[in-house]
Amino acid sequence: MTDHTISAVPAADDERLRRVHPLKAALKRPEFGAIAGTILVFAFFSVAASGTGMFSLAGILNFLEVSAQLGILAIAASLLMIGGEFDLSLGSMIGFAGILIAIPAVQYGWPLWLAITFAFACAVLIGWINGYLVMRTGLPSFIVTLGFLFILRGLAIGLTRLTTGRTQVSGLQEIADHDWLAPFFSGEVFTGLFSWMAAQGWIATNFAGNPSVTGVPVSIVWWIVLAAAATWLLLYTRFGNWIFACGGDVNAARNVGVPVMKVKILLFIFTAVAATIFACLQVMDTGSADTTRGLLKELEAIIAVVIGGALLTGGYGSAVGAVFGALIFGTVQMGIFYTGVNTDWFKVFLGAMLLIAVLFNNYVRKKALEAK
Amino acid sequence: MTTNANLQQTPEQTTTAADRARGDTPKAADTRTPLIEMQAVDKHFGNVVALSNISLKVYAGEVMCLLGDNGAGKSTLIKTLSGVHAPTHGELLLEGNPANFTSPGQALDAGIATVFQDLAMIPLMSITRNFFMGREPTKGFGPFKYVDWEFADRVAREEMAKIGIDVRDPSQPVGTLSGGERQCVAIARAVYFGAKVLILDEPTSALGVKQASKVLRYIAQARNRGLGVIFITHNVHHAYPIGDAFTLLKRGTSLGSWRKEDITREEVLNMMAGGEEMASLDAELAEFQRTDSASVA
Repeated sequence: MTDHTISAVPAADDERLRRVHPLKAALKRPEFGAIAGTILVFAFFSVAASGTGMFSLAGILNFLEVSAQLGILAIAASLLMIGGEFDLSLGSMIGFAGILIAIPAVQYGWPLWLAITFAFACAVLIGWINGYLVMRTGLPSFIVTLGFLFILRGLAIGLTRLTTGRTQVSGLQEIADHDWLAPFFSGEVFTGLFSWMAAQGWIATNFAGNPSVTGVPVSIVWWIVLAAAATWLLLYTRFGNWIFACGGDVNAARNVGVPVMKVKILLFIFTAVAATIFACLQVMDTGSADTTRGLLKELEAIIAVVIGGALLTGGYGSAVGAVFGALIFGTVQMGIFYTGVNTDWFKVFLGAMLLIAVLFNNYVRKKALEAK
Repeated sequence: MTTNANLQQTPEQTTTAADRARGDTPKAADTRTPLIEMQAVDKHFGNVVALSNISLKVYAGEVMCLLGDNGAGKSTLIKTLSGVHAPTHGELLLEGNPANFTSPGQALDAGIATVFQDLAMIPLMSITRNFFMGREPTKGFGPFKYVDWEFADRVAREEMAKIGIDVRDPSQPVGTLSGGERQCVAIARAVYFGAKVLILDEPTSALGVKQASKVLRYIAQARNRGLGVIFITHNVHHAYPIGDAFTLLKRGTSLGSWRKEDITREEVLNMMAGGEEMASLDAELAEFQRTDSASVA
């Protein structure tokens, strides 16, 4: 046997690389399924919902906003899942964070920026506790965060009733009006651009000559910014490589010196922070906090992540996939509304979509591990 | 000499080899400082004596084969060398200086790289990402620091080419490589990151003949580059052709160390299996054969 013991093919790497069909290469990317699914969903609704206004500017922003809110959660959940863990307390964290903003601001008269900062600080702490317990006890994150699903929801209801006697806190709209931090979580951006486009006659205007769509909801900006940041983190930083390593094989990661505990705890913190961003957006949008907010969001986020091509066992997936997973979710949810089909059917679709996505992902993973 | 105490218990069949055992003082190597040395190391777990009075020396540019059957204490020995366990008694010397590692990271920094049986490889991650896992090369500064994957890809491809594995695409998952190739990636990684001592835990045990020979050839290459290699195995046929020195472990104690010129393959094999056990096995097999032929007749 000579030097080339493994591959009989001599050097000239570029030539051999080009032989991989571009479609086959794309198939190996985790987000392939979600992007293909998005195209399918758009194709379907562009026929089924044609002429209903779903693809008007207002309609597009509408389903993008729904997707964006879930997308913010899904991006955080995807990083955590790639890192090999779940956070089932995500939904309860949304409700709890809303309460943490509303009670100090409304009941105790804190300035809103302080209440928001307080909520984020609590989120960091709760995320840390989640992560620390999972790492220290060695229990599955499923169990630990299931515990926190109930603890946080219970705390939200208990504390709210204790301080206000009700389960809802309203009256945040007035407080938000004069706060410097509130605009980061409420209203719209690019309003000038939209006015200008209306003046040019490019977009629809109302009777007063103002654009009927005044801007892009701020949640969409959050979605895009977080997606870009998470993608950068995963693909181009050392921390990103560590996330894959932790999810792929904890022992292997530890053996080569990856600080596993730190990585996982930070991921849990990021998930709790994402839930708090979601809570801020909702609280600012509605002007109130409700203890039941965020119900089942943890599962919706997991569905979006799995549709996005991440493996439940960790070590594989992408933030871009989660973005498209959320987009499919939001598009179908609003699409069913526009087509006039009873929205009860949405859940049937969702479940079926999840199963198809998982089967497809397993197939892709098997393909990826097959030679060349 | 510590080894002589143990040699008293060695079975009759092996006394000839045992007489020739120079323990850890090979004649040619008297003046050299061992790369790594264990001096009368004991390791106890509670009341379990996992290792008792182990001494061994590994020189640069040599392969020390650590042979022993299951339960001989090979794993504990590796873990003591790689900083996972601290020895209960005895001392570890690195290039003549006492070394007390309290974590695997310290041992790694000191140039002792261990390739564990489970390889520390993640199948779904690319060759490059695995190769640089935990030691990613970065560019830029502050929050904009990013991993220089272009450089990493190039190095991974070059390092693999050096050991005769022609990687088409360093971004392909490690799971697409064969067992032998994966083992080579793990070793190449350790060598690239400046290992002086390479501890290989059963690198050939799960491999076929062809794959194993590939790994053995690479071990020889690492030795020729001046590394000290500790090759743990229970397969004499893999150990003998490549080893420069042999240390036999049995039930937590060392049966002794031999230079290659002082011992034959058969003697190693006999001692490993424990000569008398082999003899009784032979007798038993003969008995089977006798009864078989009796029943046929």
